[in-house]
Amino acid sequence: MIAQNVMQTLAQKIIARAAGRQSVVPGEIVTCALDLALMHDSGGPRRVKPMLEKLGAKVWDPEKIVVITDHYLPANNEESRNIIRIAREWVKEAGVTRFHDGIGICHVVLPQKGYLRPGMFAVGGDSHSPTGGAFGAYMFGIGATEMLGVLVTGEIWLKVPHTILVEWHGSLSTAVSAKDMMLALCAKLGLDGGQYQAIQYCGDTVARLSMQERMTLCNMTPEVGAQTGLIAPDQVTAAYLESVGVVGIDTAKWQTDPGAPILAQHLFSADKLEPQVAAPHSPANAGPVSVHRGTKINTAYIGACTGAKIEDLRMAARVLKGKHAASHVRFVVAPASAQDQKMAEEEGTLKILVAAGAELLGNSCGICAGYGDDRLSENEVAITSTARNFKGRMGPGSSQVYLASPYTVAASAIKGEIADPREMLHD
Amino acid sequence: MTDHEQTAGRAWVFGDDVDTDVLAPGKYMKSSIEELSRHCLEAVEPEFAASVRVGDVVVGRRNFGAGSSREQAPQALKHLGVAAVVAESFAGLFYRNAMNLGLAVVVCSDAGKIRAGDRLRVDPGAGRIENLTHHEVLSCEPIPAHLMQMLEDGGLMASLEKRLAKERTP
Ligand code: SF4
Repeated sequence: MIAQNVMQTLAQKIIARAAGRQSVVPGEIVTCALDLALMHDSGGPRRVKPMLEKLGAKVWDPEKIVVITDHYLPANNEESRNIIRIAREWVKEAGVTRFHDGIGICHVVLPQKGYLRPGMFAVGGDSHSPTGGAFGAYMFGIGATEMLGVLVTGEIWLKVPHTILVEWHGSLSTAVSAKDMMLALCAKLGLDGGQYQAIQYCGDTVARLSMQERMTLCNMTPEVGAQTGLIAPDQVTAAYLESVGVVGIDTAKWQTDPGAPILAQHLFSADKLEPQVAAPHSPANAGPVSVHRGTKINTAYIGACTGAKIEDLRMAARVLKGKHAASHVRFVVAPASAQDQKMAEEEGTLKILVAAGAELLGNSCGICAGYGDDRLSENEVAITSTARNFKGRMGPGSSQVYLASPYTVAASAIKGEIADPREMLHD
Repeated sequence: MTDHEQTAGRAWVFGDDVDTDVLAPGKYMKSSIEELSRHCLEAVEPEFAASVRVGDVVVGRRNFGAGSSREQAPQALKHLGVAAVVAESFAGLFYRNAMNLGLAVVVCSDAGKIRAGDRLRVDPGAGRIENLTHHEVLSCEPIPAHLMQMLEDGGLMASLEKRLAKERTP
């Protein structure tokens, strides 16, 4: 008998569908079939290829696999070139046609290509894979060996998560953005407040956010330790998806039922939110910008899947228009994808940034991953629009990374010290 | 030496939120696991990689393994011979990765009682830790059956090998 009145969260509904069930209960362990598996050059082919060969196994469905290179680009040393070459060769061998090489960071390219849709169950070989949750997909990060399991079987086990609601009401002030919302959440919940459950972002503030801003929310969900972050699809989702060729999606189907079991609900007011800055070495060290105002910086970095999409670049440009970065500051911009960069070029955003002294890096993870040659140096102090500032990530242990929104990074670049962007932008 | 002493490992004690950038520093991510392991935890405990011995146990407090999906974080510990990681809680991704590699991760709410250098015997299947230094037994959360099976197989790779072999035999 089918239970008619089981109230379920969005997360439960997607998992139930992927597990071939009518409904699932938080806490139970189920096996789900995957709709999509995303890999990048670091955790992807270079790791799974030898394991697949050892097993003598083939991938379960090349059509459902996406490979995007981003971590070791630009490949300016031998190891990096090797890693990228393995990715290029492997996709051919495996018959993977959804391969995007050097056109941007995986989490940003994935939706641009129209690969995501509401209700999908997906994994990515990267912790920031929940970015896909902005489109109403259940997407989470896994490691390379687990990816091997996925590639061979097309399935993965999962403990059905409880849902934590993060609800925002009110309007964001000038120079305050999704990034500030997430830093405030990190400060409130800490790095493990998400308990490896599912966070669903909701409320009228979230409903008014663009898709790229919603992506920033979901992108930083791992920073509070949740397995994924989701936003139920609406007209904004449908309009974006239509623009990338995904039509006929069912937004009504992928919603949390009223009365579905909720583990916790956190209410936030957007009206009162100030620009946030997270001090070294944790996103949870976040607080109002005033706390760190005046801290001298050497580098201002607009980069990463978190903070260098077209809308992030626009935020920076609004602050930087007609201004220049302080002479002692290294101001670096690494647009998150070629498409975002092209848009920025066409509309004049990029020109503003370059006129302000921006040094442009490639459309890749760049300094954020800290994998390539471009890293912070000893004792360097940076303010960045990236997602995490753990010790030793972007440079040696002595380097200091402050996290902030593109607005705040831009304002700090101008002043040469951590600055409040509200003082430079008036609406 | 008694049997107990032979199978016991020394505890290396860390705090909350030991993250994957500290376990597997980005700078060495393009290097081999041998090279990367030499820098495991160096940002917080420079002596660790050089001094840790086979069978030792890494102990953390809350949210051990926070951050990235990079599997090299548990892999480095395993490569250095760490027998188990014990913590009050783990980051979900790290937990999955460690189990997949056959590195036992044990959730123990009393992990904070363990002192650096204590000799521990960890039995993940039974969900117990014996602290031989303090003559104390700490109970832990049992590992779900399907994961215990995988751990006993030696990790996900080994259990996939088993599964494929079964499928291939007519
Ligand atoms: S830009 Fe940074 S956070 Fe995003 S995928 Fe790359 S390394 Fe990860």
